[in-house]
Amino acid sequence: MITFSNIKKTYLKGTVLALDDVSLDINKGQLFGLIGPDGAGKTTLFRILTTLLLPDSGTAIVNGLDIITDYKKIRDSIGYMPGKFSLYQDLSVEENLHFFATIFNTTIEENYELIKDIYIQIEPFKNRRAGKLSGGMKQKLALCCALIHNPEILILDEPTTGVDAVSRKEFWEMLKRLKLKGLTILVSTPYMDEANLCDQIALIQNGKILSVDEPHKIVSNFDGKLYSVKSAKIFQLMTLLKSYPDLKSCFAFGDALHATFLETTNYEELAQNLLKKGFEDIEIKEITPSIEDCFIQLVNSNK
Amino acid sequence: MKKQNRSQLLTFIKKEFMHVFRDRKTLLMLFGLPIAQIILFGFALSNEIKNSKIIIIDYSNDITTKQLIEKIDASKYFDIDTRIESADGIEAEFKKGIAKMAIIFPPNFADNLQHTGKADIQVITDGSDPNVATAITTYISIIVNDYNAAYNHTSSLPLQINAEMRMMYNPELRGAPTFVPGVMALILMLVCTMMTSAAIVKEKELGTMEILLVSPFDPVSIIISKLTPYLLISILNLLIILFLSVTLLELEIKGNIFLLIFESILFILTSLSIGLLISVNATTQKGAMMTSLMSMMLPTMLLTGFMFPIENMPWPMQVFSNLVPSRWYFITIKNVMLKGLGFSSVWKETLILISMCVLLFSISLRKFKIRLE
Repeated sequence: MITFSNIKKTYLKGTVLALDDVSLDINKGQLFGLIGPDGAGKTTLFRILTTLLLPDSGTAIVNGLDIITDYKKIRDSIGYMPGKFSLYQDLSVEENLHFFATIFNTTIEENYELIKDIYIQIEPFKNRRAGKLSGGMKQKLALCCALIHNPEILILDEPTTGVDAVSRKEFWEMLKRLKLKGLTILVSTPYMDEANLCDQIALIQNGKILSVDEPHKIVSNFDGKLYSVKSAKIFQLMTLLKSYPDLKSCFAFGDALHATFLETTNYEELAQNLLKKGFEDIEIKEITPSIEDCFIQLVNSNK
Repeated sequence: MKKQNRSQLLTFIKKEFMHVFRDRKTLLMLFGLPIAQIILFGFALSNEIKNSKIIIIDYSNDITTKQLIEKIDASKYFDIDTRIESADGIEAEFKKGIAKMAIIFPPNFADNLQHTGKADIQVITDGSDPNVATAITTYISIIVNDYNAAYNHTSSLPLQINAEMRMMYNPELRGAPTFVPGVMALILMLVCTMMTSAAIVKEKELGTMEILLVSPFDPVSIIISKLTPYLLISILNLLIILFLSVTLLELEIKGNIFLLIFESILFILTSLSIGLLISVNATTQKGAMMTSLMSMMLPTMLLTGFMFPIENMPWPMQVFSNLVPSRWYFITIKNVMLKGLGFSSVWKETLILISMCVLLFSISLRKFKIRLE
């Protein structure tokens, strides 16, 4: 459905590298997640995909069409929701939807079935100006506007940023239902915990794709075993662990340290040692790595 | 398909109107600014002299001086003050800034006139404001000359030749006729350029431009829908200005009103194109507003010719003034509105404005990006 081959993109006359030799394959009907921190290159990638930006080099094919020569046809087949909720703040919910339906050569009635589930939630506020909506409602309206012309591919740039946890969850439910209707959906997000909700994810950092796979495969590819090391005196613990010769990696993760060690490490001994050094509340246990753990490991191994 | 496109365009234009009408501040500026300007320029900042206080000291106090004073008093330009009885008091009044002029009739004024055929009036003006001084001196001369002519007519004295001054097209030297065309040029230029300059860049700032670009809507239609509301609003503004000029400032439109409106629409389109060009190139609304204010306000004020005559400027500025659209518009409306001339007198200016408009519009269209930066 979507193929990126060796896409490179720079800004400011080549001084800022945004995408570095990116290659990707996205299949039809997938819910594909592009995951990475701010400034990783997610928006640039989407803008190239939506033909809003031209790559410096490389080719990209969307739906069998080249992004450079067939850009007009591609624009007809995609629904795009930019990073900022691109709505007219001074128009009401209904007026926004009507406007976007009209400029995409369609009517609200024609594709109402597709947006019904989502629109029904914001319909009570249909006369309210978009600028006066909450983040979650804005997001739903923007999604309706992107869907209104019944696109084959839906491209959502950070749709859950700045939206509360409940709305985020609801939003992912909506995406799952849309996927069932046969849409190919691309979502970018800086939230690693949303990765598990995708069929396939690409981890991106500094314009480079670190890994592309199903979320559970990325987790099972984690190199070594991951341990959670916990104590109230977390900073002293971190300094001490870093001087420990068996340690491979260690970083703070919430109120615990996530660490990997050499295979030969004796964890009993380590715990005893730490206990003696005054960490009476020490707690070491093996845990299943999260996508974030995998991401950090991939970033470190790429340095 | 054709019908589809038209309804799309109408929806887009309707949306633009909603933006304008829901933004109260902008709306106030759009209509308040022109009205305030025309009233301000027409009344407060006029350089015409109304109700100037003049002191009259009449040592003669005969029938001739009485008649003359009556004539001066009848003119709406002067308020006569006769409280001062000797010439010594004049300077004190001037210093207080109350009076601008003093007229002294020497003793035996009528006697002298009848017997020697010649009589003198002394006119003293406050020269610290030369414009006013010259203007009121001219008025007084006109009044005295008039009286002189009438006097000669009734008596049978030999004919006397008088140099008679007459200001063509504006015989009373009123402020409005000189200011209105200039203010029209200034207001239309500012409103059109500033409003449109914000229009397209606003979509960029809001992020909606990304969706518009991705939509099947083509750039020409985007531009047309953006400009239409401002074109209509500007035409409405023009009519308001003309209405105010005629009713409030008692300005007479001498030429063909339709020609005047046609030329104004042409100028509006040119200004809209300038705003468009700024908007296409700008990245923020603030930047666009500043650019249009800076690049339009000063040249329009200075190089249009309504504040300072272009003929007196150093030649580089004269050459540069040719590039200012309002300069050509100013000439056109002066010819049509004040002199009552027809199209044959302004075809050159019209042609220049048309070329400017077409050129600016095509550059903006070419610069309109179908992609992001």
